Amino acid sequence: MYSEQVMDHFMNPRNQGRLLNANGIGEVGNATCGDIMKIYLFIVDSVIEDVAFETFGCGAAIASSSMATELIKGKTVDEAWSLSNKAVAQALDGLPPQKIHCSILAEEAIHAAINDYLRRSDLPERKE
Amino acid sequence: MSEKKCIYMDNAATTKTHPDVVSAMLPYMTEYFGNPSSLYDFGQTSKKAVERARQQVAQAIGCGPEEVYFTAGGSESNNWAIKGVAFANQKKGKHIITSSIEHHAVIHPCEWLVSQGFEVTFLPVDEYGIISPESVAGAIREDTILVSIMFANNEIGTIEPIPEIGAICKEKGVYFHTDAVQAVGHVPINVDEMHIDLLSLSAHKFHGPKGVGCLYVRSNVKIERLIHGGGQERKRRAGTEHVPGIVGLGAAIDRSVSLMYESNMQIQKLRDRLIEGLLTIPHSRLNGHPTNRLSNNVNIMFEFIEGESILLLLNQYGIAASTGSACTSASLEPSHVLVACGVPHDRVHGSLRLTLGEETTEEDVSYVIEILPGIVKRLRDMSPLTPDELRSKK
Ligand SMILES: Cc1ncc(COP(=O)(O)O)c(C=O)c1O
Ligand SMILES: [Zn+2]
Repeated sequence: MYSEQVMDHFMNPRNQGRLLNANGIGEVGNATCGDIMKIYLFIVDSVIEDVAFETFGCGAAIASSSMATELIKGKTVDEAWSLSNKAVAQALDGLPPQKIHCSILAEEAIHAAINDYLRRSDLPERKE
Repeated sequence: MSEKKCIYMDNAATTKTHPDVVSAMLPYMTEYFGNPSSLYDFGQTSKKAVERARQQVAQAIGCGPEEVYFTAGGSESNNWAIKGVAFANQKKGKHIITSSIEHHAVIHPCEWLVSQGFEVTFLPVDEYGIISPESVAGAIREDTILVSIMFANNEIGTIEPIPEIGAICKEKGVYFHTDAVQAVGHVPINVDEMHIDLLSLSAHKFHGPKGVGCLYVRSNVKIERLIHGGGQERKRRAGTEHVPGIVGLGAAIDRSVSLMYESNMQIQKLRDRLIEGLLTIPHSRLNGHPTNRLSNNVNIMFEFIEGESILLLLNQYGIAASTGSACTSASLEPSHVLVACGVPHDRVHGSLRLTLGEETTEEDVSYVIEILPGIVKRLRDMSPLTPDELRSKK
């Protein structure tokens, strides 16, 4: 059902855990729908120096979080903001149709974490 | 890793067709391919085989062979029982009673009947998934034509008080149907003693082939046809008989009913050991009834983690199981059964069902008890919901 990429990121998740020095944290989803994703960012001079994730959810949710953190690590805040769920799914060599919503959570969690950082820095939040 | 194990603990989903059942079926796919409706001898060989299977089913559930109708499985039997009774008796009334934990093959026909102008009461269950006979009695009205309550639940294994519910229906003069798909071959059944008027069963749940089952219909029950066409099954269910499947069903039901007692003793011991072993994991709980449950069913909920990821990791160790998590269901809805039992949504996602079988060994159980705590810990370390005291020290 899942691609080798998905299974690899599920079995060996990258950047999993908490980031104690995080200056932007975003959590999306809820336990009712079955997936919760939490992204920790450590941003210095508008660059994502470090990133970590915690996920409650299915294989696709865990793999999407892992892949998304890999894709934004070392990138600027702007670049990270524009990471789409499509790009995450593509990097995972595709997701089953009913699992696309899990990759959307990854995009949303990154947006929430960036906005948390902007709020903490007294900067205006971003919309789309 | 060495050679990959294969530990099948999903016997509620389906069972392995027993080799003896396969050998009973084979000749009817090769030599004896005749149509049971044909007059010549070798059509009659097929007909005899079908009638022998009918006899085997009758003996297993304590009915007459003329009350057994072969179908394409549990889903068809449930659809036929519910729609067939509804349409044949709508002059008397349009009210049906069922429960909120039925299989979708009962719930969806009932919901469809609502769209056709019928009224359906979905009875609640207690925290163990038990439907109280009193609630059935209280729900029966003047215009009630059918009560449909499952014999045993497929997810949590809870066995319902069928004889008591049957007695109430008999007293009130309402037909009583039971979806016994998970019970046949695992729980002793007698349709007369239990006052059952209609009963669904499916061969692949007791080591028979897939795609064949039957509906028992007590001789006085008024029921419409579901499948119109030829005159098979005494003009009540059209279609050339699935002879090899029917022969397999007969052989399988015969075999499992005669082995039931021994097999239950053995499986239940393993089940209890597995439950005990898994409940040592902190923040875990048994779903379903502690004692009124199928001898093969283990359903445990682990807090803070999600079921599909448990299944994927178990699969890495060669263990096949199932979950009530929304993420694995096509509808993305969490298990309606666990929700009806009052399990909070977030915990429903963390439920794991392991259903044992004849081939399950002590070693299999030990292996699962050994592997699962590590899987739970690994996923809890990953989850934002896990409290600090349950996390690994870094
Ligand atoms: C309780 C129950 N009813 C009905 C069915 C449907 O049976 P079948 O797969 O033979 O259509 C199942 C099997 O999944 C079941 O567990
Ligand atoms: Zn998911």
